[in-house]
Amino acid sequence: MTDFKDRLLAEKIVETIDELSSGRKFRFCHVCGTHEYSITRYGLRSLLPENVEVLAGPGCPVCITPAEELDKVIFLANEGVTISTFGDVIRVPGSRSSLAEAKAQGGQVQIVYGPQDAVELAKKNPETDVVFFATGFETTAPMTASIILNKPPKNFSTLVVHRIIPPAMEFMVGVGEHRFDGFIAPGHVSVIIGTEPYQIFPKAYQMPTVVAGFEPADVLMAILMLIKQITDGDFKVDNEYTRLVTDGGNPRAQAAMEKAFEVVGGHWRGIGRIPDSALKLRDEFSEYDADLKYDIDIGEVRELDPRCNCHLVIIGKVHPAECALFGKGCTPRGPRGPCMVSTEGTCHIAYRYGRT
Amino acid sequence: MFEAKLFEGLKMCVAVPAEVWKIEGSEAILDYGGVKRKANIDFLEDIKVGDYVIVHVGFAIQKLDKEEALESLKLWKQILEGEGL
Repeated sequence: MTDFKDRLLAEKIVETIDELSSGRKFRFCHVCGTHEYSITRYGLRSLLPENVEVLAGPGCPVCITPAEELDKVIFLANEGVTISTFGDVIRVPGSRSSLAEAKAQGGQVQIVYGPQDAVELAKKNPETDVVFFATGFETTAPMTASIILNKPPKNFSTLVVHRIIPPAMEFMVGVGEHRFDGFIAPGHVSVIIGTEPYQIFPKAYQMPTVVAGFEPADVLMAILMLIKQITDGDFKVDNEYTRLVTDGGNPRAQAAMEKAFEVVGGHWRGIGRIPDSALKLRDEFSEYDADLKYDIDIGEVRELDPRCNCHLVIIGKVHPAECALFGKGCTPRGPRGPCMVSTEGTCHIAYRYGRT
Repeated sequence: MFEAKLFEGLKMCVAVPAEVWKIEGSEAILDYGGVKRKANIDFLEDIKVGDYVIVHVGFAIQKLDKEEALESLKLWKQILEGEGL
């Protein structure tokens, strides 16, 4: 679908945005690390007219995974349990340490591409305990659900730290002091959950919402559609990413999540507790719940390095470049906080792609 | 292994489109423009060889609707040429 990458198309959309917005200020909020990547990588903020701004919300799942949960898997790694996790996670600092450090000290930490690989690891090593650290939003939660529903071996368990996006979007609307005019809804989360969960935004909050894909033309078209809703005075949920997102989403993936998980309140690193925003294994699967299986002793939790501004970056209040540590005490090679470690972290993206 | 390195580098959230090359029950072998890799297709119905799917952490999550993609492009070009905006 190379046409969606087309430069001329992107420029034409920006021209139309310029005309339609006619100098009026607009601010839109996205909640997806991959959107921040596309926006920064393709220079969309400089392409857009000055009166149109895009801010980055808490769309980086690794960044919002609580320090306490990281401390748990680090503890387990030091106790001889094999921790299987997605690549990004191993360098994220917990309260005192990281999985990478545990690995350097002899702990078993295995990077996997997906939860099925973690199950395979457990099957191949029946004498070893394997714990899969289940991070991610609705795009990865169905996969964790699927492997649990397929009865993994007894030496396998999972520490579920999945979070769900619409409550975080509600949180962003409620943050109050900084206002924005519409949501760019995530692309692949929406493949799973559909567009229906976003109805609350136009209906209860007069907040236009458009689901967007990840090519430059996708993001720009979604912004145009948002501006059009506002100038027409017609607030609704719209879908720019129709080639992959349907209103109902993926019913089988949703069913798997529903069977395996219940929705509970959850802590988001740097933000605090957001009601009904986390997934927890249902009681009937408690034999696979690492939280219950092990006696985990982690000591005092330190959420973030006191000089780290990740908690403000993830709600779009501070731009990475406004953090005193950015590029000086904090870089992808020597990170101070999760936003600089994760490839979907706003600081990491700004550092790698946003500096000229 | 080249394949392992390629996929380790991919960010968690980016789902790369791939062509269905062979179907084996719950799994399909997908062609990522040369590199072949298995994916679980339990979340999708009616998958055929030659379909394009997007995959996330080892599971196909959606079939690319090519007609819808072409329709979008057509519609956008119309909008940008001043009709219907």
